[in-house]
Amino acid sequence: MNEQQLLSGKNERILEVSNLKTCFVQGKKTVWAVNGVSFYLKRGEMLGIVGESGSGKSVTARSILRIVKSPGKIMDGEVIYEGVDLLKVPQRKMKKYRGNHLAMVFQEPLSALNPSFTIGWQIEESYKLHEKQSSHKKRRRQVIEMLERVRIPDPERRAREYPHQFSGGMRQRALIATALACRPAVLFADEPTTALDVTVQADIMDLLGELQRDMNLSVVLISHNLNLVAQRCERIIVMYAGTIVETAGSAELLNHTCHPYTIGLLNSIPDIDSEARLVAIPGDIADLTDEPEGCAFAPRCGKAMDICRKCRPQMRTVGQEHTCACHLY
Amino acid sequence: MKEGFRSKLRRSFLLVLRSKKACIGAVMLLLIFSAALFSEQLMPYDPTKVVAKELLAEPSAEHWFGTDNFGRDLFSRILAGARISVGIPLLVVAISLCVGIPLGLLAGFYGGKVDSIIVGVTNCLLCFPWILTTLALATIMGGGTDVVLIALGIGFAPELTRLVRSITLSIREREYVDAAVVAGEKKSSVLFRYILPNTIAPVVIQATLIMSKAVLEEAAISYLGYGVQPPHASWGLLLSDYSNYIWKHPLMCVIPGLAIMLLVLAINFFGDGLRDMLDPRYKGKVNKQ
Repeated sequence: MNEQQLLSGKNERILEVSNLKTCFVQGKKTVWAVNGVSFYLKRGEMLGIVGESGSGKSVTARSILRIVKSPGKIMDGEVIYEGVDLLKVPQRKMKKYRGNHLAMVFQEPLSALNPSFTIGWQIEESYKLHEKQSSHKKRRRQVIEMLERVRIPDPERRAREYPHQFSGGMRQRALIATALACRPAVLFADEPTTALDVTVQADIMDLLGELQRDMNLSVVLISHNLNLVAQRCERIIVMYAGTIVETAGSAELLNHTCHPYTIGLLNSIPDIDSEARLVAIPGDIADLTDEPEGCAFAPRCGKAMDICRKCRPQMRTVGQEHTCACHLY
Repeated sequence: MKEGFRSKLRRSFLLVLRSKKACIGAVMLLLIFSAALFSEQLMPYDPTKVVAKELLAEPSAEHWFGTDNFGRDLFSRILAGARISVGIPLLVVAISLCVGIPLGLLAGFYGGKVDSIIVGVTNCLLCFPWILTTLALATIMGGGTDVVLIALGIGFAPELTRLVRSITLSIREREYVDAAVVAGEKKSSVLFRYILPNTIAPVVIQATLIMSKAVLEEAAISYLGYGVQPPHASWGLLLSDYSNYIWKHPLMCVIPGLAIMLLVLAINFFGDGLRDMLDPRYKGKVNKQ
């Protein structure tokens, strides 16, 4: 691929999400897990979504793929993929998009693999789903190639083994292989490294980056680790309480952090050279039951003003490709 | 990778052999099943033939287990009873599997109204003590093997339905089911390739438990006189027939009782081995032993 193609391809928006709203209804309570999220994903880009547990990162990804578990329900919004609004596609036609257009890598690699079948069978199953005509022999070769590609040593033997015989890192590689077997255009990686230790984390992230470049994948990397996301992603979305509070390119976000929540997140990354105590963000994540009148972060924010408690801040452009929802700017 | 079905079968067979318990169970079952199957060829005497000269004979070379109060050869009667005592439990297991697995999968996977109806019906059926159901059925239909089958089927199918439903409910929430949906699998293949295979291990164990319970309950029904009718024999019926002689000729009672015990034991041993074979996580452990 030459430079120009790369550039023109880069600017194409492959996925555009606008005003996505997902809520969980339990009795009389309604929890707004995703409350008006809008963002876009460019072709071949790695986009990071960062936030605390319960900030709605995973539900956002699940809403886009339409696999939100009951009692969750997508209430509003648009997800435009190749000119089609995925939220309006009937559920039985969604399987056309799942797998070979949009795929997902889950957090817990052990529970995301079927314990009753061999790894090879599971990868082959992905191939079978999307290339119905191919022969068993051809698929078998593809499986071995895919396992080699995700750098699993001795792929022919490993393909015959069961998930419980794999180590954590190997399982995650196998899971990535099953997701990529259908050659998706967009891959959602939901905390792909959280269950792994740090050295394996780096390996898996290197692998994801390499596959992304090779296959011109667009990756949405969901993580609570701002450091990791900043190292790997071109752009970052920071979520809090079901809304996006700040988006920017990685460097821009680190150098010109705007939102007090993002500043809080950055301060809570331990620094090995510093003797100072780690600064944590006070308080707990907001209760999403009733929609707050003002900014959801106001009760925990050190810089909260009167207006913050009364009026919900809008997204404002604060720099190049840098938007932030805060009354300070 | 897909391996040949034959090699898979051979590997499973080897695995069963590796567990001593399963091996003993398998051998015992094989003996009992073949005895039941070839009972007519194996019988030294006609099991219903009354010989007035040889009432209550002690075991001898001619009559291995002795004779009963009508002079009938006990060994032949045990063999004749094997067919019913082995066949009825097998049929009961088949009935409960055929009813329980589809209903349980439907209820657990689809939930909602389907679930409420299926759970409601199974709970109603589980409310009746099985002995009362049997008595009621026997009064309506008169005793016989069909009464035993229906009564035990009603007793065990709901149990299995509930088990399969609960496993399905828990597996439905696993991430690999989500992963299958995300990969673009159809609903039916999610059900049959991701949920069903993972319910098999507990279902097999339950099936062996049902089988051994059915042996005992068939014996109980026959003992009460509502099951198989004389002069046909089943081990439970023999036990009941000979219970009057328990002090004078204890062997007559002990032998049918022992036969029931051995059958139940064999099924349970084999069930344990089968469980180990079906659980892929256990395979590694067996290999290391």
